[in-house]
Amino acid sequence: MSTLETTLSTVRRSGRHSSMRRQEALEGVLYVSPWIIGFVVFVAGPLLASLYFSFTKYNVLRPPQFIGLQNFTTALTKDELFLPSIVRSFYYALLLVPLAMAGSLIVALLLNQKLVLKTVWRTMYFLPTLTPLVAAALLWRWMLNPDVGLVNYLLAQIGIKGPGWLSSIEWAVPALVLMGLWASVGGSRMIIFLAGLQDVPRELLESAEIDGASSWSKFWHVTLPLITPTVFFNLVLGIIFALRTFETAFIATNGGPARATWFISLHIYQNAFVSFDMGYASALSWIFFVILAVLTLVQFKLSGRWVFYSGAR
Amino acid sequence: MRMVRGRSGRAAGIGLLTLVYLLVIAGAVVSMVPFLWTALSSGKTVQELYRYPPTFLPEQPQFLANYREVFTVAPFGQWLVNTVVVTVLSLIGTVLSASIVAYGFARFRFPGRDLFFFVTLATLMLPVEVTLIPTYLLFKSFGWIDTYFPLIVPSWFGGGAFNIFLMRQFMLTIPQDLDEAARIDGASSWRIFWRVILPLCKPAIATMATLGFIANWNNFLGPLIFLNTESKYTVAVGLRYFQSAVAQGSAVVSRPQDHLLMAAALMVALPCLILFFVAQKYFVEGIVTTGIKG
Repeated sequence: MSTLETTLSTVRRSGRHSSMRRQEALEGVLYVSPWIIGFVVFVAGPLLASLYFSFTKYNVLRPPQFIGLQNFTTALTKDELFLPSIVRSFYYALLLVPLAMAGSLIVALLLNQKLVLKTVWRTMYFLPTLTPLVAAALLWRWMLNPDVGLVNYLLAQIGIKGPGWLSSIEWAVPALVLMGLWASVGGSRMIIFLAGLQDVPRELLESAEIDGASSWSKFWHVTLPLITPTVFFNLVLGIIFALRTFETAFIATNGGPARATWFISLHIYQNAFVSFDMGYASALSWIFFVILAVLTLVQFKLSGRWVFYSGAR
Repeated sequence: MRMVRGRSGRAAGIGLLTLVYLLVIAGAVVSMVPFLWTALSSGKTVQELYRYPPTFLPEQPQFLANYREVFTVAPFGQWLVNTVVVTVLSLIGTVLSASIVAYGFARFRFPGRDLFFFVTLATLMLPVEVTLIPTYLLFKSFGWIDTYFPLIVPSWFGGGAFNIFLMRQFMLTIPQDLDEAARIDGASSWRIFWRVILPLCKPAIATMATLGFIANWNNFLGPLIFLNTESKYTVAVGLRYFQSAVAQGSAVVSRPQDHLLMAAALMVALPCLILFFVAQKYFVEGIVTTGIKG
């Protein structure tokens, strides 16, 4: 490059020329504009709209009527299904999340070893995630059939009388947890763990080995602390997704038996798209949103205590 | 220092490796068994499916008959076509708009850029329930209910926060010197995007396309809410048709059709399977580069 070209490119790069900066800004906004539109029309707009609707009585046929906080008081005091549905969703999440996190991590650890046929194993593990949840739910519904299903048959082979699963009130939620585990353990959460594991510097592991550390010790003292950011990421999203579960419950049990699996998502769906009580459903979804937001915020606040970011800060 | 490990260390190493293989195989079996079961059951008769103890292999295999019946008992072929159309159109929109938007975030400075990007990320945590109702009403006011527009159009306006995030992180890893060189040659920003940046984003695009295909193909809630006419269903919603017992008061079925369900489910899962197996190596690479993990 000649001196002239170097100077010109320096001037361009420093962008000190204000009209060039303006042009850059304009072009940038232009490129981002599809998302600006998308964000306003499909995210921010609906968000504000649903907030407005939550203060109204709105059944689509007639214009919304402002009723103040009535939807919220009904939800929290008079709706017999709402509060239990929150408890049930939390119960489901409490069972699912620890198992799912541990499961994904273990699978990621396994697949992180030097194995033959790695792509084959990875595909096999990822398979459940590739199937439509609908298909998985219907399939498991059939496999968990208490009388002729595969699961109880296998249990009988080892002398255990299988429970009623999706037909029994006590076992319905655990049955859904089982389905949720199968459908997600080998999935994208596992791949994210895998990526996090591959980031652990080999030198650290090797020096631990030289110091005589066992495999378990290496994992507990070196690997685990270094992957806490990955664990945190998966945990935050995992909890949100667990609490939002809809499809499996909708398809496999439709909230039954006797409302045993009536989750928040089903309640909102029912009020919005079956009863068309849009105002009330909006209020419900906002309460749910606030719960999720608070939960996420709490996790972020607590993360300072256990998440270790190895990048210099 | 190396003398510390010695022979016992090696034996323990082999023992551990064996354990690992055992666990991997066990886990793979658990993942696969439902599939194998589905595949085998898709060739059985309905009565055989409800036999106890359950049979493994079909006694009188009728794979061909079952698979053919899937297409006659329900407009399954039509549903497949519908799903392909919706998926492909959404994918094209996603890839194009997410790349363009990410280019804006990655290569240009404008006021509010970082704040807007942060807000974009925050929407990933937003549960769809809060925006679903107004979005539905919005589409209703456009007259788009029972059409494919609600399923396709949003993809063309950014393609979603996740994809923008993915592409932007990836673009940030491409050195600016290439941009500079092109600019000195007189290229416009669009040319730089189209000729320089985009071709280098192939791994990220492959990841985005694969994940997007799977998500669209399997999407249930969208078609459930926005489509009313049976012939317009996608396969995800249509699968429920083959359900024998109760559920959501969907189509009236006069007899149990679980064997057809198995066949249909397998056919629905197959395209994603093949796609994943082929595109696999871009996956982990794609996620590693975005730095999502940390």
